Order: sequence, then C-alpha cells, then structure tokens
Amino acid sequence: MNNLMAGEAERSFVSARISDTPSVFAVASLMLARDLRLAFRKASQLVQPLAFFALVTTLFPLAVTPELTQLRRIAPGVVWAAALLSSLLALEFLFRDDAQDGTLEQYALSGRSLTGLLAAKTAAHWLLTGLPLALMAPLAGVALGVQGAALPGILASVTVGTVTLSLIGAVGAALTLGVRRSGALLSLLTLPLSIPVLIFGARATQLAIRGQPYGAPLTLLAALAVFGITVSPLAAAAAVRINLE
Amino acid sequence: MAWTWFHRLASPPHVYRTAERLTPWFAWSAAILIVAGLIGGLYLSPPDYQQGDGYRILYVHAPSAWLSLLVYTTMAVAGGIGLIWRMKVAHAVAASCAPIGASFTLAALVTGSLWGKPMWGTYWQWDPRLTSELILFFLYLGYMGLRAAFDDVQRSDRISAVLAVVGVINVPIIHYSVVWWNSLHQGPSVMYLGKPTMPPSMLVPLLIMFVGFTLFFAAVLLMRLRGEVLIRERAASWVREVVHS
Repeated sequence: MNNLMAGEAERSFVSARISDTPSVFAVASLMLARDLRLAFRKASQLVQPLAFFALVTTLFPLAVTPELTQLRRIAPGVVWAAALLSSLLALEFLFRDDAQDGTLEQYALSGRSLTGLLAAKTAAHWLLTGLPLALMAPLAGVALGVQGAALPGILASVTVGTVTLSLIGAVGAALTLGVRRSGALLSLLTLPLSIPVLIFGARATQLAIRGQPYGAPLTLLAALAVFGITVSPLAAAAAVRINLE
Repeated sequence: MAWTWFHRLASPPHVYRTAERLTPWFAWSAAILIVAGLIGGLYLSPPDYQQGDGYRILYVHAPSAWLSLLVYTTMAVAGGIGLIWRMKVAHAVAASCAPIGASFTLAALVTGSLWGKPMWGTYWQWDPRLTSELILFFLYLGYMGLRAAFDDVQRSDRISAVLAVVGVINVPIIHYSVVWWNSLHQGPSVMYLGKPTMPPSMLVPLLIMFVGFTLFFAAVLLMRLRGEVLIRERAASWVREVVHS
C-alpha cells in the first residue's frame, strides 16, 4: 500500500516535471535574455569591436587618399573588410567565459537541445556585435563619400551579411574552444569560409552606391544566412560536445 | 560475413599490413602511367596552335588541381566516417590526406601561375579557378593548424573532422561565389582548358596523367597512413614486432 502510494507520488512528480519542462524556444529566449544582460554589464566588450571598425575605416583614407571620389569607389571593400575583421575580433567572447566557468558544460548536460541553446547564443552574439556593426556601416559610408540614397542598401546588406558571419564564427569559436591563444587559428578557419559573404555583400554595397538595384546579391546573402542558420548550430553543437569530452 | 572486410578495416595491424602490400602496386602503376603520360604530353602531342608549347604545363597543372579537390573530399569523407563510426583508422587516413592535398594545391597554384606568365602576361590573375584554388589552400592550412592545436590525438581527430565536413559543404559555395564574383567584375576572361574539342593526341596523355596522378596519391596516402598508424599505435606490441623485424 505504502509502496503503491510512493510510486503514484513519484509518477505524478515526474509527469509534473514533464509538463513543467519549458519548450526549446522558452529555454532559448531565457538564454538570449541572460546573454544580453551579461553583455550590457561589460559594456567595454560591446564598444571595442565598434571602435575597431571605425578605426579600420579611418586607416583607408590615411593610407590611400583623402579624395572622396576615389574613396567612394573603394568604399564597399573598406566597409566589408572592416566588418569582417571586427566581427572576428568579437568572436573570442562568444563561448570563452561560459566555457571557463563551466556554464557551457552545464548546458551540454542539461538535457535540452544544445543545438537550440547555441543558436540562441549565436543570436545574442549577432544582436550584440552584428547589428551594431550594421548600424555603424552607413556612418562609415558617409565618411567615405557615399551619397545618402545608398545608405539603406549598405544597412541592409551588412545586416543580413553579419548574420552569416556570426554563424560561421560560432562554428569557428566552438572548434577552437579548447585551444589556448586561438586568435590566429580562429581567423585562419573562419575567413576562408566567409568569402561568399564578402563577395555578395560587397557586390550589394557597390550596386547600392552606384544607384543600381541590389536585390540579387542581397537575396544571395539571405540565402547564405538561411543555410547558415540550418547548418551552423548543428556543427557548433557537435564541436562543443567534442571539446567538452 | 559480407561485412568482415569492413570490420577488419578497424584493426590497425591489418590496415598496416594491407597498406604495405598494396603500396608497390599503386606506386609502380603510377610511375609507369606518369612516365607514359609525360612522353605522350611532352613529345608525341603537337604544340597548340595558339599557345605553342606553353600549354604543356597543363599535363601537370590539371591533374594537380583535380587531386587538390579529390584529396579534400577523401579527407572529409574519412573524417565523417571516423566521426560517425568512431573508426580510428579513418581518422588516420584523414590526417594523412591533409599534407598531400595541401601539396597538390600548392603545385596547382604554382604551375597555374607559371602558365599564366606566357599566356596572360602576368604571374597572377584573379581568375575564378586560381582564386578558389588559393582559398582551398587556406582551408587546408586551417585544417592542419586546427589538427596541430590539440595535444590529445582523439580530440584533434574528431574536431578536425567536424571542420573538414563543414569545409566540404562550403567548397562548392565558395567556388561558385568566386565564379559569379569574377563574371560580375567583367575581368579579362581567358579560356582555361579550351572547349572539350581537344584532339585525341592531347587528350589521351592528359587522361593518362589524371589516372597516374590519382594512383600516385593512393601510393603516397598508403605510405603516410602506415607512418600515421605506427605513431598512433606506438604502445602496441605488434608495432614493436614490426619495428624490430
């Protein structure tokens, strides 16, 4: 009798646990909120990639020429090379802190989908670095002599392109999780994979600056982003699991 | 019963002995075919009516480029097999592939640039194929860098396998984005291999060289694989017998 009651209690406890189990999306949004809150407590980590982006953009007029007509010609390359480098700079913070204090290990052990959790982390990373970069990019365009009409195109292409950059970066950061001083290796891994983003992004920016329709390269950028969303969290989760073993 | 051969592939001493037995077959047939292809390509085939004798570098360049891709695919497939079935020998194959593939890629780049000097008047042209070959070379470097970054062989094997699989998905994307990039830029387009209207006196030596180079790769892979297996199994007693005999 006693046993029966204990068993029943246990069953109801378990079923309560199951019904309490939040969905993947609920957990992912909690994770997103946590990452954003943590990041805003360390504002310097947010500002540094942006400052780096501005600094790299400043180097080109100094190195090439201060003439705006010539700068306008190289503006797509400058904006995209600077965006690529600064998104690379921010990657080191993506998993490092969570890996060091064991949080990442708890995520892997939590029984939730690690793929979903890492997708949320990547989304937070994009909101914290990709989106600010995209908002900065038109500013850099103005400084390089780009007309106002082209700025929505720059904003759109950098916004979409940085999504893919964050996703590629997440795979790279997950692969090099166990490597000390991984900076150079991380760039060697992620930059070749980022080349399609650079090509289509710079092309969209260039067409926008010339006042031509830039829908085609922008669509290709979006296709890359969709493909990245599909594949990258899976690969990142596999790499994180191997690195935690 | 039918799968015995597959299961035996998981046994390092079996693989070591099989590789030892097969190496001379591949090496000798590769040597014969490469010599035959060189005689056919350098002496018997006529000079090209546009490129003169300069085109003859094709007989080394095209097979190297083909192998640079084949080796990458082999590496990724071996890595995937190692990842899924946890087969140690597959990881040894992947590890042996990387330096061979990087060498073929470098050979394709160097011969391509030497070919470019008489044909295009410059050692380097941002031709789509040369450019994607260069990116492939960086992918190899990244793979080998990641492999070298871990002390633990098993972790290094599995992490680099994830990278190889991600990379092999990306190789076609990178290639086509580079092709589109160049066609968009309207650069000076040079016909590369010509139409497949190549006369048989040129085509046959080229095909012989393709087969010869592929067999050469197989022979070198088997030799490297033996070394790799010996290093990985250095604590095993059969290695001591092999080394002392």
